[in-house]
Amino acid sequence: MNSRLALACSLLAAASLPALAVQKLLPAPSAISFTSKQMGVPVEGKFRKFDAQVAFEPNKPEAAKIGFTVDLASATLGSAETDAELAKPDWFNTKLFPQAIFQSSGVKATGPGKFEVTGKLAIKSISHDVVVPVTLAQAGGQTTASGSFAIKRLDFKIGDGDWKDTSMVADAVQVKFKLVLSGVGPL
Amino acid sequence: MTTAPHSKYSTLAIALHWLLALALLTSFAVGLYMADLPFSPQRLKLYNWHKWAGVTILALSAARLLWRLTHRPPAELPMPAWQARASHFTHGALYLLFFAVPLVGWAYSSAAGFPVVWFGVLPLPDFVPVGKALAEAIKPWHGALAWALAALAVLHVAGALKHHFIDRDGLLARMSPKRT
Repeated sequence: MNSRLALACSLLAAASLPALAVQKLLPAPSAISFTSKQMGVPVEGKFRKFDAQVAFEPNKPEAAKIGFTVDLASATLGSAETDAELAKPDWFNTKLFPQAIFQSSGVKATGPGKFEVTGKLAIKSISHDVVVPVTLAQAGGQTTASGSFAIKRLDFKIGDGDWKDTSMVADAVQVKFKLVLSGVGPL
Repeated sequence: MTTAPHSKYSTLAIALHWLLALALLTSFAVGLYMADLPFSPQRLKLYNWHKWAGVTILALSAARLLWRLTHRPPAELPMPAWQARASHFTHGALYLLFFAVPLVGWAYSSAAGFPVVWFGVLPLPDFVPVGKALAEAIKPWHGALAWALAALAVLHVAGALKHHFIDRDGLLARMSPKRT
């Protein structure tokens, strides 16, 4: 009796599993980068550490839940000097706000392999709505989600104090991502 | 002893000479000052101005060289052969460095991952790849060549002053912005 119940429970759990976060982010081939403009000069940086919690089935995008965390201390512009600067209170203030967090509120299909993810992005505990267009491509059992969107750095107080001057560092920052996931159903 | 009035350099040659003298001196001074500044908007500003000035110097030097090659300079003043040789060498080396110093600076900027955008508007191509090791290898050369240029400029000025105050041969008047 008990064992039958246990079996029924585990079957039930298995059946409901696809609704949970079953997709896994493969960190090695994934990348998140950002490009800002300093006095007209495009400067690219990247985040070395991030994670995603994805529950997404291509045939039921509206039920999807996508969450993101980016370790802001892992941001690099390629030189030790500027990386140390990024951690300071005027920029990411990583001691107080170690992570940027994204949580989706809605996903809709906009075309074959194309989706629009709406959600809230929180950096330095300031939250703003963002709309992120995502393109999916599948190969070899892996799904690559890529896209880019722009944020305004001053909305999140990134580059505060002396750095508020947008003639020095432009307000718009382009964020680009390529996320490789396993376990996504066929498109 | 003064000789007959010498023909001057052409107006454009004189204008370019003094404009570039001022631009080079300013860029050199700013370059020395900015390198030790802490990370700040001020430093970012000076670095970009320095790069814009450097590219402008490069462009004006190209125009100047073209002008020099297509126009005869005034006849040489009589002087000992070694002095004439020294002056030819100095001028040749100065011209070489007018190009080398900004080009090496541009290469350093490209290698460091900061492409030069002239006056914040015109993106210039990178002729070297981005790479930390390459950037570090190039960096000291920009400074060393700039110091060499400064040393030659001092020699150039010393020679000009010697002609003016010791030889009193009117050499300086050939490059004077004043109309004669």
